[in-house]
Amino acid sequence: MAKKKFIVGNFTDEAVLFPAVKKVRRAGYKLHDVFTPFPIHGLDKEMGLRDTSLHTAGFIYGITGTSTAVGFITWALTIDWAINFGGKPYFALPAWIPVTFELTVLFAAVGMVLTFCWLCQLAPFVKKDHFNPRSTDDTFVMAIECTSATNEEEAVKFLQAAGATDVKVETKDTGWWLGNYANDKMRFEQ
Amino acid sequence: MSLLRYESQVRAPLVDGTKDYHQVTEDICRPVENKPSRLWWIGFSISVALLLFGILSVAMEVTYGTGQWNLNRTIGWGWDITNFVWWVGIGHAGTLISAILLLFRQGWRTGVNRAAEAMTIFAVMCAGQFPIWHMGRVWNAFFVLPYPNTRGPLWVNFNSPLLWDVFAISTYFTVSLLFWYSGLIPDMATLRDRAKLKWRKTFYGVAAFGWTGSTKHWQRHESLSLVLAGLSTPLVLSVHTIVSFDFATSVVPGWHTTIFPPYFVAGAIFSGFAMVQTLLVVTRKVLSLEEYITLEHVEVMNKVIVLTGSIVGIAYLTELFMAWYSAVDYEWFAFKENRLNLSSPYGWSYWIMMGCNVLSPQIFWFRKMRRNLFVTFFMSILVNIGMWFERFVIIVTSIYRDYLPSSWSTYYTPTIWEVGFYLGTFGLFFTCYFLFSKYFPVIAIAEIKHILKRSGENYKGKMNKEEEDTVTQFDEHHLHDHH
Repeated sequence: MAKKKFIVGNFTDEAVLFPAVKKVRRAGYKLHDVFTPFPIHGLDKEMGLRDTSLHTAGFIYGITGTSTAVGFITWALTIDWAINFGGKPYFALPAWIPVTFELTVLFAAVGMVLTFCWLCQLAPFVKKDHFNPRSTDDTFVMAIECTSATNEEEAVKFLQAAGATDVKVETKDTGWWLGNYANDKMRFEQ
Repeated sequence: MSLLRYESQVRAPLVDGTKDYHQVTEDICRPVENKPSRLWWIGFSISVALLLFGILSVAMEVTYGTGQWNLNRTIGWGWDITNFVWWVGIGHAGTLISAILLLFRQGWRTGVNRAAEAMTIFAVMCAGQFPIWHMGRVWNAFFVLPYPNTRGPLWVNFNSPLLWDVFAISTYFTVSLLFWYSGLIPDMATLRDRAKLKWRKTFYGVAAFGWTGSTKHWQRHESLSLVLAGLSTPLVLSVHTIVSFDFATSVVPGWHTTIFPPYFVAGAIFSGFAMVQTLLVVTRKVLSLEEYITLEHVEVMNKVIVLTGSIVGIAYLTELFMAWYSAVDYEWFAFKENRLNLSSPYGWSYWIMMGCNVLSPQIFWFRKMRRNLFVTFFMSILVNIGMWFERFVIIVTSIYRDYLPSSWSTYYTPTIWEVGFYLGTFGLFFTCYFLFSKYFPVIAIAEIKHILKRSGENYKGKMNKEEEDTVTQFDEHHLHDHH
């Protein structure tokens, strides 16, 4: 796991956060991430993140489900063991629509959720470093990565000028590991 | 910010009181972090007792066979399948609220979606019990799945509505669970970061999956929610459609009806919303969440109830008309003699259904009634009773008199174990709901924060400025800083 140094600033108002993100990017700082308690529309664009392709993955999982259902039922009921149900055709496509539909939805949903967890590295027992535990409550936490070119003092002042409070230089792990939170100091114990 | 943030003053606030983000967290986490009340323990104990009685009833049935139930020839589907359809129907409101209302951008869903989705999952769990234990030799239940077997392999019949049901219900349960839990992850992280006790840190730490609130993760989360909503919308409609196919594709008079799919879906939404009202009217009071689940929410849901109740009413009348107009003797007999005729053995059940589902919800045309909590609670119970009788009417009155009058004599009443099984599912449902309301945030915290500055009472007041703007001024204020 890679430990890195970050300048961490806190914001309490989206109206201050948005211009701050713009300033930080314009000044050429390496914006690591902004941690927020809820999704803020437009923040991803402001940070220069590209759109997610998760929905494309969902579509691919969906058609996988469709073709699995149609393919399997066709094979089972026309080739492997064809049974005459009430004199109807073996290849009874209209009667297979419900199962095909359900499998399409099932594959798409399960596949997307697993992909989401994979991409965001989410799973039970996964542990990550916190920049500020208030970021799941009421604070927008901005982390700027320190590179060899970063003047820390200057960056702290820059963030403060952009409206951030309680700006600190901190070393954090950006990866994940297995562990639990039982012995961590949480927000109301600090 | 963007234009979308602005909400007209005409709309009532969705969050009452003076709230900021932190206050929202505090309010919704409070019931989770406090010790359970006496009332909670009493309710929980009753639920567990019912659940145990249900387990005993099922054990009796498994040990001695389905003969423990009063099913007979011709009533092969009695209370058991009635209860199945009833619970599945109730399990429709949650996904309707979370999925369809998300696509329609209905802001009010944020106050109630979490609890409604939980209710959906518990209701589907209860529903699933009935067809499974009805199999009798339940140890062979896995025969319904298409797996390579030594009997050929002999595959399941993919042309059968009963098999479609297996796929529909299991898919619905899985997708609802995923949708619900993916929404819960960020709120679990909120609870984790506030936890003081060791077990809480461990439990919510595991449950939060290591969520940090990164902007990229939120972006994917939003995309996931939207696509899951898009998938769940046809899914929720398909599930009760397929349940209705269990009946509609048969040739039994009273079941052989093409109107069943939309009629069942409307009925499912109707009964699901009634159950949501039953639970939330109590929950908001007991957990002091009246500022989040406001009278506005209650009123909107009552509007859905009067709408869907009336659709159901139209469906009842349509099938009645069609039974007469079809000029099929058997079809008309099923309706005229087995249902409409009050002095027939089960005529009373038809009129209970009509009274509870069609007549009584009409009271919600009056605003005063829609906003009255006692009326709402009472009506929600009445609708649930009515919708149980709808399934009973469809199932039992259609089959207790078949084409052979000599088999008409037996009057079907359930045994104690059939009733016990039903009560047991109430035990299961409420045990789960009590645990949920104690250990999980009953309102989606992140979603409330998301709409707070648009629909919160103390923020709406500040929007007055916009209300007075001309269109050009509004554009100037809002369009430029939107990217």
